[in-house]
Amino acid sequence: MKKRSVKLFLLLMMLPAMSFAQGVLSGGKVTGNVQVDAQYYSNDDKLGITDSTLNYKKFGMNGFANLIYTNGNFSAGARFEGFLNPMLGFDPRYEGVGVPYWFAKYKVGTLEMTAGHFYEQFGSGLILRSWEEWTLGYDNNIYGFDAHFSPYKGVMLKGLVGVQRYFWEPYESGSRGIVKGFDADFYFNDMFGGMADSKTMITLGGSFVSKYEKVPSYTFTTDSAYYTVNEVGDTINWINQKTYEMNLPHNVGSWAARANLSNGGFSFYVEYAEKGNDPNATNSYIFKKGQALYSTLSYSRKGLGLFFATKWIDNMSYKSKLTEAGNPPMLDINYLPAISKEHPYSLATMYPYATKRNGEFGVQGQIVYTIPKKSKLGGKYGTNITVNYSLAKSIEKDTITSAITKSMTGTDGYKTSFFSIGDLTFFQDINVMVERKFNKKVKAKVAYYNQTYNKNVIEDDIFNDDEMVDANIGVIDFTYKFNRRNSLRTELQGLWTPEDKGDWFAITLEYNISPKWFFSVMDEYNYGNPAEKMKIHYYNVSFGFTQNTTRISLRYGRQREGLLCVGGVCRYVPASTGLTLTLTSSF
Amino acid sequence: MKKFFLLIIAIFAFGTVFSQNETKALFKLPSVNLKTINGEPFNTKDISNDGKPVLITFWATWCKPCMKEHDAINDVYEEWVDETGVKLYAISIDNARSSNRVMPTVNGRGWEFTVLLDQNGDFKRAMNVNVPPHTFVVNGKGEVVWQHVGYLDGDEEEYIEIVEKVEKGEPLN
Repeated sequence: MKKRSVKLFLLLMMLPAMSFAQGVLSGGKVTGNVQVDAQYYSNDDKLGITDSTLNYKKFGMNGFANLIYTNGNFSAGARFEGFLNPMLGFDPRYEGVGVPYWFAKYKVGTLEMTAGHFYEQFGSGLILRSWEEWTLGYDNNIYGFDAHFSPYKGVMLKGLVGVQRYFWEPYESGSRGIVKGFDADFYFNDMFGGMADSKTMITLGGSFVSKYEKVPSYTFTTDSAYYTVNEVGDTINWINQKTYEMNLPHNVGSWAARANLSNGGFSFYVEYAEKGNDPNATNSYIFKKGQALYSTLSYSRKGLGLFFATKWIDNMSYKSKLTEAGNPPMLDINYLPAISKEHPYSLATMYPYATKRNGEFGVQGQIVYTIPKKSKLGGKYGTNITVNYSLAKSIEKDTITSAITKSMTGTDGYKTSFFSIGDLTFFQDINVMVERKFNKKVKAKVAYYNQTYNKNVIEDDIFNDDEMVDANIGVIDFTYKFNRRNSLRTELQGLWTPEDKGDWFAITLEYNISPKWFFSVMDEYNYGNPAEKMKIHYYNVSFGFTQNTTRISLRYGRQREGLLCVGGVCRYVPASTGLTLTLTSSF
Repeated sequence: MKKFFLLIIAIFAFGTVFSQNETKALFKLPSVNLKTINGEPFNTKDISNDGKPVLITFWATWCKPCMKEHDAINDVYEEWVDETGVKLYAISIDNARSSNRVMPTVNGRGWEFTVLLDQNGDFKRAMNVNVPPHTFVVNGKGEVVWQHVGYLDGDEEEYIEIVEKVEKGEPLN
């Protein structure tokens, strides 16, 4: 019996081990998601859309399918993409199908290795960030190797080498640069036992990034005229032609240092970055170094949040190909956050802001306050107030021109002093939002925005104030809940400006049946457009169906032209009319 | 006697496997490095709630339905915790542009749940999230058992029904 109970005991012990082994051997799991956006375009006399303006592309489709296989410490994944044809507003070079992203990742102890394509960010991204945003068609993934390693508690090291995505173009020697980077984070409270219980938290970090590129030969010729007089007294004109070659650097390095301190409700972040001389197509081939500072300070406690941010950027466009410029932004190595607020209402996003990489000063301040529940002013559920201010301006630049190129090219370009603030306003936004739940059925939001938008600077890189747009925007958003499942949301918006396209009015009615259905009708009317025939209704009718993770929506109507921005990167969307189908699903 | 024991063990073992199937775990939570709202490192493997269910939401400060969803949940969160012991982890996918604004936003609005930062979307990708809001229910073993995209007024009532079922070990249909 004794022997038998030992056997039984062993068997019992083995059970969990067996199920564990089962977990490792058969525990592999495939998950994924799919999204398909398809548009069918109609001709529209009012918008001037005809078959030929559409290039006879009546149908656009952007889609992806993502698969991830995970088994214990191993995972691998791939994303299949198709743009047939790319929808309006996406670069035609995206046309095609393929697998632009795949990876294999393994974790052993505190080491995590990725081979293939990956997304990475150092600090706030001032010198390196690879990311993707489907709605923008933005993807600067890096193809190569990425490693994360923690040699000691509280220390995190990252290293990477790779090349970046450029539409569907495979990497060939010289077609673009090779990016290398190293980053370290030191979390003091984890590293030093004595600080573990400290209320003050300190994190320091730093990174180095370098780009190697087979540089093209960049030559230019100058003509200088002179004359001589011969013995007979005739004047002979001569032209002296000289060819110069620019000494472009093969390696462009950058570094950044950062600190994060927090104590109780206070939090402070600062990051400073510098980039070595990097003459390229976005900065007129000047040899000046780049600099960036980004800092935020916040204080918060329950019911109150204060936030302040500032940044200063000079000559910080950093791409893995020096001749790359223009739109859509491709081959960006770094990311320079715009420090204005992203708004959720359509008319408030008509004049969006994106960072000017070649020189910008910015500040932002925000207050979030909740008037307490059950107080006289706050009402039964409390009232929430958000006030936000942001400003972006030029920096001071004293231009240096070269006698040889007759421009900035080939020189240091200009002189500036660190944190200097110029006279030209790029963007300003003052906004207030008040939100209140009156009872179980009624919720309301009221918002006001005042925006100053320098159209020349933001849209065309022309640095003057000849086309300033000053817009006032008002929003009322009202939700009525009939019962647990049924609700109606009404949104009224107005935009008033004497400039650009003039005044707008918008109304949205959205009927929701939780958790599956929504129907909406929307109209944005440009009633104040100075051109009579551009006083157009941009109407939309849509409905959607959600079944857990599958969502289908169908929309018919007009899309106004404008900039669609996510995270400070913008995509121009042309006006169109048609039917849009969106299908997303995860599993 | 021995056979009897073995039979019991076999039934027990089978039962374990079977009941595992019954909860229909979709997948285990992946391990991804995130940051806490104070900037400290946090691995998603540490998302736990003493064997009780966990709700994970993906949101961003610029996402209108997300803000609505979290305000609605915050109004009833205390009740939820009292009744089911559920814990909510709200994953902000705000990037460097707005991630430092997350803490004052969360505190200023008086949200009571745990907020984590996924600045470059690593956890978002690992969880196959297309667009926020996207909500997951995780059982006590760290397995995702239910997920939902989008937010319509009143959806939070469905979340808590699912959580109640998971907490009681009832099958989800």
